[in-house]
Amino acid sequence: MRKMLSLTALIGGLVAASTAQADITIGFVTSLSGPGSSIGIPYGRGIQAAMEYKSEVNGEKIKLIQLDDGSDPSAATRNARKLIEEEKVDLLIGTATAPSTIAMMAVATELKVPMIAVSPVIGQPNPADQWGISVPQPASLLVKVVADRMKRDAMKNIGYIGFSDAWGDLVYNGAKAVETEDGIKVLTNERYARVDTSVTGQILKVLAVRPDAVLIGGSGTQGALPLLALGERGFKGKTYGTVALVNPDFVRVGGKAAEGIQVSAGPVIVAEQLPDSHFAKKLALEFRAAYQKAHNLPTTDGFSAYSFDGWMIFTSAAAGALKTAKPGTVEFRKALRDEILGTKELSGVHAVYNFKPGAYHGVDERALVIVRLVNGAWTYQP
Amino acid sequence: MTADIAAILAIDGIATGAVYALVAIGTVLIFTVTRVIFIPFGDIAAFTALTLAALDAKQLPGTVGLVVVLACMACTMEVVSLARSGELRAVPKAVLFYLVLPLIVVGVVWLTMRFTPPMPVRIVLALLLIMPISPLLDRIVFRPIADASVLLLLTVSVALHFALVGLGLLFFGPEGVRTEPLTSMAIEVAGVHVSGQTVLILTAALVFSGLLFLFFDFTLIGKALRATALNRTGARLMGIRPARAGTIAYLLGSLMAGVSGILIAPVNTIFYDSGFLLGLKAFVGAIVGGMASYPGAALGAFGVGLLESFASFQSSTLKDVIVFSLLIPVLLWRSLASQHSEEEVEE
Repeated sequence: MRKMLSLTALIGGLVAASTAQADITIGFVTSLSGPGSSIGIPYGRGIQAAMEYKSEVNGEKIKLIQLDDGSDPSAATRNARKLIEEEKVDLLIGTATAPSTIAMMAVATELKVPMIAVSPVIGQPNPADQWGISVPQPASLLVKVVADRMKRDAMKNIGYIGFSDAWGDLVYNGAKAVETEDGIKVLTNERYARVDTSVTGQILKVLAVRPDAVLIGGSGTQGALPLLALGERGFKGKTYGTVALVNPDFVRVGGKAAEGIQVSAGPVIVAEQLPDSHFAKKLALEFRAAYQKAHNLPTTDGFSAYSFDGWMIFTSAAAGALKTAKPGTVEFRKALRDEILGTKELSGVHAVYNFKPGAYHGVDERALVIVRLVNGAWTYQP
Repeated sequence: MTADIAAILAIDGIATGAVYALVAIGTVLIFTVTRVIFIPFGDIAAFTALTLAALDAKQLPGTVGLVVVLACMACTMEVVSLARSGELRAVPKAVLFYLVLPLIVVGVVWLTMRFTPPMPVRIVLALLLIMPISPLLDRIVFRPIADASVLLLLTVSVALHFALVGLGLLFFGPEGVRTEPLTSMAIEVAGVHVSGQTVLILTAALVFSGLLFLFFDFTLIGKALRATALNRTGARLMGIRPARAGTIAYLLGSLMAGVSGILIAPVNTIFYDSGFLLGLKAFVGAIVGGMASYPGAALGAFGVGLLESFASFQSSTLKDVIVFSLLIPVLLWRSLASQHSEEEVEE
């Protein structure tokens, strides 16, 4: 019995010793399965590339714990709780779908752990009790930049078709926000589900209003479905979309029907075409090199770059927070949050980040360029 | 809604309905012979599409791995159960059927892949590769519980669907696929543009329903299947093996699901998890037909396709709600109008 006790004490001592020299622990949730996996997997690859690029802050090692939420908000909630309560993480990063991200944000706020969201988050946080920020360009900005381009292209009547989920709402509301009397009018609000296999009915309704252009509020491969249906019906107008569409499978599935679509996207998508004076050029090429090294694959999407930028924000904030507190403590979490919310003019590969309490997003129009699909490749359209 | 739009929607609905009809007929076929409501049917259709896409892209399809794993499992189970019952003489035959045949199919696919075969050959290969999956699953999952209640079989079937979706993600990856259209022809029917693909889908649905009808009425195997469906014990007394009848039903059903998968691959983006909704909507169609009659199931499936098409125009956000709400009145009408099965047994 005494032997047992001393053994227990020894093991306990070892555990205590190992937690005393705490690394910074990051809890990362993404969708490796389910309908969100086509963007969740790149998010995961982006984090691995970021680890490759920078795996310690001021000599402190970073420990990363990755969990899959299966594109399910309730699983994302469980994962967030598990990471905070059992793994004692200092920071959460996640996840691939908007509903799951919002669910994780609620847990982070309740348990007072900073969170860097890699999907867009809607709404206004309470500045006194804000624990999260969101890396990507907000949908309103994505749509605003596209809408400005539509204005420049002298488009008036816009047909809208998008997902029947939070993302579809985000894009639609963003488009509605830039409606003006003499300019753009969004005339339809057609929706389809990610698992749908035909959108003929919705496209007929869109075409019935004789639009000059159609705006697509989908993402990934399934974003190509309306374009294919428009192609079948012989639509000759212009098509517009957002960065959510940009991945190689969208181009493959969309084929000829997707040709010519213009989307607002982060500069990293066309890194090598940017002018040398552009803020994102150098870092984007470094990110690509790190990604290539981590996965032995070229990067072809913009999603992995959000994870990378999230990592940049975290490492720059952690450098400041380490001056005042030790990882694994409540003080460190708070210091980390304050540092993140105080980020100033931090250049990433997508944007220049400026966060302040009272808003989730911290990017401006520098974060977006318009790219057009020409012969299956995205080209920079200044 | 103008007449033009209604016509376009009707054609779209009939094309979708034809795909559902193929799956619905297969569902009914398997249900009547084995009493299993085979939920993973839609997955089989989706896997066929994904297999064909992989063959098009000159990659070895993930189905190969799936078939090999299932064949090894089924063969082991069969040999063990034969050894237990002391029927060692039947072992070589079992190994031939459960292991060698599927592996031959895999080998054929693996060999022909090198020569970039033409489209028709690729389609046949995809179908060949898909065909063994359902019978093997039947041997592994359903044969040991063949005499259980319909409810238990349904529960197991749902669980099997989730297992297959997970495997689908493992073998095919998260991205959707679309294959090249089988034909680029198009015809004008009363001023409405109808694509050749739609005509193909419809033809396939009609041909297969016709072939099934002939098979059940004019061949001995078909009659044996019908006998098994009516009364398992009686069929056994007449020298029909229910297990073999089940295998034949699964093979036929897989062929139908496979053909529907091949047909929808060019018109829709198919994901590893697209099968569930396809199977579920076909199931609604089969329910409308009372899970017993092939023409009824086909008509019900066409109804579901049409309803879905018009619902997506009227209110795209509530489309699926409308389709699945159809079940409630149908079930009410069915349960009020039909005589209960206990009475039928007593006849």
